[in-house]
Amino acid sequence: VSVVARVEHALKKPLFGCAMCGQCVLHDTGMTCPMTCPKTLRNGPCGGVREDGTCEVRPEMECVWLKAERRSRTLPLLPGAWREHFHELRPPVDNRLEGTSSWVNLLTHRDRARPAGWNGG
Amino acid sequence: MSRLRELAESGRGPIVTAEAPPFDGGGLGAFAEKIDEVARWADAINATDNTAAHAHASNVAVAIALLRCGAEPIIQLVCRDKNRLALQADIVGAALHGVENLCCLTGDDVTSGDEPEARRVFDLDGPQLVSVASTLASGRYLSGRPLEPAPRLFIGAVENPAAPPFDYRPSRARKKIEAGARFLQLQICYHPDRLEGFVAALRAEGVTETVSLLPTILLARSARSLEFVNGTIAGISVPTETIDRVRRAPDEAGAAYELALEQARFALALPGVRGIHLADFRRDGSLARLCADLGLAPRSEREAHADRSPVTV
Repeated sequence: VSVVARVEHALKKPLFGCAMCGQCVLHDTGMTCPMTCPKTLRNGPCGGVREDGTCEVRPEMECVWLKAERRSRTLPLLPGAWREHFHELRPPVDNRLEGTSSWVNLLTHRDRARPAGWNGG
Repeated sequence: MSRLRELAESGRGPIVTAEAPPFDGGGLGAFAEKIDEVARWADAINATDNTAAHAHASNVAVAIALLRCGAEPIIQLVCRDKNRLALQADIVGAALHGVENLCCLTGDDVTSGDEPEARRVFDLDGPQLVSVASTLASGRYLSGRPLEPAPRLFIGAVENPAAPPFDYRPSRARKKIEAGARFLQLQICYHPDRLEGFVAALRAEGVTETVSLLPTILLARSARSLEFVNGTIAGISVPTETIDRVRRAPDEAGAAYELALEQARFALALPGVRGIHLADFRRDGSLARLCADLGLAPRSEREAHADRSPVTV
């Protein structure tokens, strides 16, 4: 694990519960990490959200996507474009990037690589 | 072209889809017997994918069995048990046998089933699976490798109008529609206002012109059965008043049936709804009764009359 990845994890783990997927989408999801969803969903809440807004899998916590959707609308200082990005179709996770630094992957555009057959963004 | 697609694109209706009862064995004869009632009434039947996170005969096998019985399958695919390779292989493999309709969903978690210790997969999520299915239909695997000839697919998905965040649900449906879904089977909804709001939002955007919305109607037997649904199926809430109404009725089974009939009538009357999806927990002939009470003829008769007297919803 690179030094940058260690620093990134040390900062983002306590703040966002970062799981080091290496392809960070926090800015598109109301600064709420989708990898903290027990199903690691990248495109919104599943149909199992309970009536009180808690998670199907872990009833003791609020649905991660409920929080993300709310925060994408209400979080102050979030640029308008980031709010809009919430509705975009995010690609499947590239599992090879797990544990690497998303900051490095952002700079090298490694996190923009998509399978050739992927239709979305 | 599949019957479901033909109906969806022609605007004829209402469309009736239904859940195949979970099947565990006994041969094709037993299977044919078990689906007989559903097959007589439904235009297409869902071959479920380890429904409620319980292992059963596989979705691909059941879809093929439905074809062999002369019924039209909708193969359901959930993201819980298989990674992207296995899901693509199932779609292409089922298409090899002539399975054209597919319904993509995220799927309930392993912890809601009887093997909660299993590893959950969710390599893709529901909207991504819809997009991958569209890629296959365009003649490529997700990797970009050519898939020739391209399988003929009619792609659908599921959305839950009754689960929070309610105002966001139409946007999530739109994400699946933009990814290629042409029909949406909507999770059973015991809050008429939520269903109405959801359908109205999609209709206002004009998407109901091209996408068939099929709200689920659940045929429950009793208040206890509604309590079970309320307590154990994630994302479904049944209001206490609704359960009490059934419990206090002199004829409980009758009241449970009337509830379903009322829901079906309500759903079909909503502008933008193209049909219904039936889940029969009763298995006592209520599915046939419901269709008849809705003024629907058996499927074979509906098809025979299709050219002469088109009925639009």
